[in-house]
Amino acid sequence: MSTTRTAWSTASRGAPSRFDVIAFVLVLGLLAFFAAASKGVMAPISSLDVTPVSLDPWRLPYLVARSTLRMLAALSLSLLFTFTYATWAAKSPRAGRILIPVLDVLQSIPILTFLSVTLVFFMSLAPGRVLGAEIAAVFVIFTSQAWNMAFSFYQSLRTVPNELTEAARSFRLSSWSRFWRLEVPFGMPPLVWNMMMSMSGGWFFVVASEAISVGPTTVTLPGIGAYIDLAIRQKDLHAVSYAILAMLCVILIYDQLLFRPLVAWSDRFRFDSEPGAPVPSSWVLDALAGSRLIARALRRLRGFGRMLGAAVRVAPGSMSSDAAAANAENLDRIATGTVACLLGLAVWQAARFLAPDLGLHDLLSTLGLGAITAVRVFALIALASLVWVPVGIYVGLRPKVARVVQPVAQFLAAFPNNLLFPFAVAAIVAFKLNANIWLSPLMILGTQWYILFNVVAGASAMPGEMRHVSNNFHVKGWLWWRKIALPAVMPFYVTGAITASGGSWNAAIVAEVASWGDEHLAATGLGSYIANATTDGDFHRIVLGTVTMCFYVLLINRLLWRPLYYYAERKFRLS
Amino acid sequence: MNANYKINADTQPLLDVVHARKSFIKGDGGELLVLDDVNLTVRPGEIVGLLGRSGSGKSTLLRLIAGLSKPSGGAVNYLGSPVTGPAEGISMVFQSFALFPWLTVYENVALGLEAMRLPRDEIRRRSLAAIDLIGLDGFESAYPRELSGGMRQRVGFARALVVHPNILLMDEPFSALDVLTAETLRTDFLELWSDGRMPIKGVILVTHNIEEAVQMCDRILVFATNPGRIVSDIQVAIPRPRDRNDPAFAELVEQIYVEMTAKKGRATARVSQTSGSGIDMILPRVSSNILAGLLETVAAPPFSGRADLPEIASELTLEIDELFPAAETLQMLRFAELEGGDIHLLPEGIAFADAEVDERKRLFARHLLAYVPLAAHIRRILDERRTHAAPSSRFLDELEDHMSPEVAEDTLRALVSWARYAEIFAYDDETGQFSLENPT
Repeated sequence: MSTTRTAWSTASRGAPSRFDVIAFVLVLGLLAFFAAASKGVMAPISSLDVTPVSLDPWRLPYLVARSTLRMLAALSLSLLFTFTYATWAAKSPRAGRILIPVLDVLQSIPILTFLSVTLVFFMSLAPGRVLGAEIAAVFVIFTSQAWNMAFSFYQSLRTVPNELTEAARSFRLSSWSRFWRLEVPFGMPPLVWNMMMSMSGGWFFVVASEAISVGPTTVTLPGIGAYIDLAIRQKDLHAVSYAILAMLCVILIYDQLLFRPLVAWSDRFRFDSEPGAPVPSSWVLDALAGSRLIARALRRLRGFGRMLGAAVRVAPGSMSSDAAAANAENLDRIATGTVACLLGLAVWQAARFLAPDLGLHDLLSTLGLGAITAVRVFALIALASLVWVPVGIYVGLRPKVARVVQPVAQFLAAFPNNLLFPFAVAAIVAFKLNANIWLSPLMILGTQWYILFNVVAGASAMPGEMRHVSNNFHVKGWLWWRKIALPAVMPFYVTGAITASGGSWNAAIVAEVASWGDEHLAATGLGSYIANATTDGDFHRIVLGTVTMCFYVLLINRLLWRPLYYYAERKFRLS
Repeated sequence: MNANYKINADTQPLLDVVHARKSFIKGDGGELLVLDDVNLTVRPGEIVGLLGRSGSGKSTLLRLIAGLSKPSGGAVNYLGSPVTGPAEGISMVFQSFALFPWLTVYENVALGLEAMRLPRDEIRRRSLAAIDLIGLDGFESAYPRELSGGMRQRVGFARALVVHPNILLMDEPFSALDVLTAETLRTDFLELWSDGRMPIKGVILVTHNIEEAVQMCDRILVFATNPGRIVSDIQVAIPRPRDRNDPAFAELVEQIYVEMTAKKGRATARVSQTSGSGIDMILPRVSSNILAGLLETVAAPPFSGRADLPEIASELTLEIDELFPAAETLQMLRFAELEGGDIHLLPEGIAFADAEVDERKRLFARHLLAYVPLAAHIRRILDERRTHAAPSSRFLDELEDHMSPEVAEDTLRALVSWARYAEIFAYDDETGQFSLENPT
């Protein structure tokens, strides 16, 4: 896959607007609300009684299946969210003005915070407690997948070629069939690509969410994450290896059974109508397409779709009359009023929740911790770039090598690297290394691959003529790197670095604290601050830490990555 | 004229556009008029051409008729009742084909019928008939990306015809095709039309190609810009099939050229009234290469300083969309005069054509500063400032008081490219700064 996208690169462009601030406050207010609610219902719930997971490797297939199910459930939810939220944001410009910044903020919230503040809430909702925990886990995975999918689809909806929309309207397709026959197909290729990216992130959080303690509430859900948690507590490196092996198999199977077919299928929706590009293929898709049973099932499905379409039939794209316009304006006014009320409520709620227990001192100290984590992230990105950019360019310019390296790099990015943490932590414990330094590389263990495979993609996309020109003029050495290679991969590199940076902030919560048996390691930073607050069940500190991290991520995105992205896009994009 | 219909004043018009206006709200709340007081009647059996260059509102009018947008004033009546949305019986062929790349030829054609919720058998029968009619037999299962441009547009035609529309709207349907393919498609279309084999009663064709309009239409409505409006209504009485080498054909083409340049003269005067002749003059984006090339060609034999615009157009293979702005820019810069469908060079224009590169640049710079107020304005500000630099936003803001942001941007871009050629000031796109860094 040579197209590379990041989640927010598709977000609205430009300087922060007041809507960003509104969105920020709204989302955080909501978080504070959940945290407060959780706090209230925490008392009656004692430790959860769950079947203990044993380290028998033969139980792994079952555990992996459970994890996979959670993953699929979350993916379906994410799709549902994408089709509704993104569509709403794209169809109603006024709604979009607030919905899109909200999405931007949601995206910068560390995923595990969603778990810590909603876990108890979800568990109190469901009658069976395990079910509640399951819902919470699925919700966490959902939060790790949904945002960038929604962004991608929103972007697609906004860029449907005008003439296609006009064609659909002039042939009087209802808005329902316009959605399914024009807009969804048009948005499909980037959406599938973003689903793949989401899955990569998702595995990480499946592992992280299956064994977690929020204060006195401990949840152990049968799954590969719980297995590895037990292996860590029992210091069993063999078990860790089994888990890794099982994960490898799952990801391979997922790729072959789900994503290859999806990518091959979505290729027909590519809009650029140029022939010649290699067509992705999948044996599974070929098999399915050849099956008569499937064909019959699809016909049924289509018939059902038509029925559904008839049921929700909307007037075929008629022009909004003045009355309807006035109506919409009124609705918008009501919506704006509601947003204002919610905003006030959110501020009040957050202030009430945070103010009594936390002072200026706490705020300053979390800001300081955030700075430490920021330094870590930047240092690691710089280090990884130093290594992977030259390697990526070298590989990308050699198609044969690239064909081997590219899927491996994508695979490594998809692999939940927290499965590998035990090895590193065991080594740090054994050699008595400084946790502040040596825990840091874990943050980038999984995310560095984004840099590699984006740079490889960039270098392979470099036109042959450009290479011939540099040969022709004998441009070599440092001059070649400076004037040709680095500019050519720049937009791709920035895309990769953005993804890596976002992932690393998220990983900080898991990577800055680690344990091996009874040994607990912690690096000073915002990640460990949030992680510890979660373990202690201290919701004030969870919210404060989250707000701070959100603030840092948004600030860095707005002030550094986003301008850099547009600069690279404008200046170096070939085409 | 379609064989099935006779001209009959009593026939109810298919379409009646009365005093239609269309305007858009500008960023500052002002109104931008793109279509002013347009009246148009289409009777059964007629092909009506809307001829004009880009920005004359002809595509906007087509979209009003298609029910894709709503007039700001006046009315569009189809078979006597107002058009309030995409109407059954009006279908459209698009410039960029607008095929759905994920549907096969057959599925693309069938789409309109599916939206009408017809029984499956009928959809199949009619789709195959339309595919057959338009010469796409054997391509039913092909995807658009596998087809050439000409074949893709045939799908566009089949898709529009399959719903049995009364009126077929065509938005520059041949302009994205190469010359040969376009000609074949036009001839095929006219043949089907003359034989009455298509289920349509009337056609509206938007085009900026004068010869295409003369070849295809029974009536040509010529549009002028700023705001878009109809300036003349020309009957084409040449019998079909029409031959481009027929003297009557060439004469009519010539006449329309005269019409368009003459009208343009008045239109310019009118623009001057509405949008001023100061810094708020709208500048077309014409490359200095085209300007120089046009001057050279007109100066050289066989034209030797005076040329017929149709001849120049075919000599340089320029569409009127490119030729007119170039010719008018030369007129604005006082290098040439336009009248009666001719362009003739002024002494300065001949001097330019004879000069070497540096002399040309000096000449161009002098005329640019003398006759384009915006150029002089920017230069003066740069001279006055101690830093000799100014941001483009400053001038864009000024321009946007008089025109839409897009037009302002285009005007400034046009000026930047001429100023770079003339070396009267420099512009850095990265920083958006004008400066005197590399002045002459």
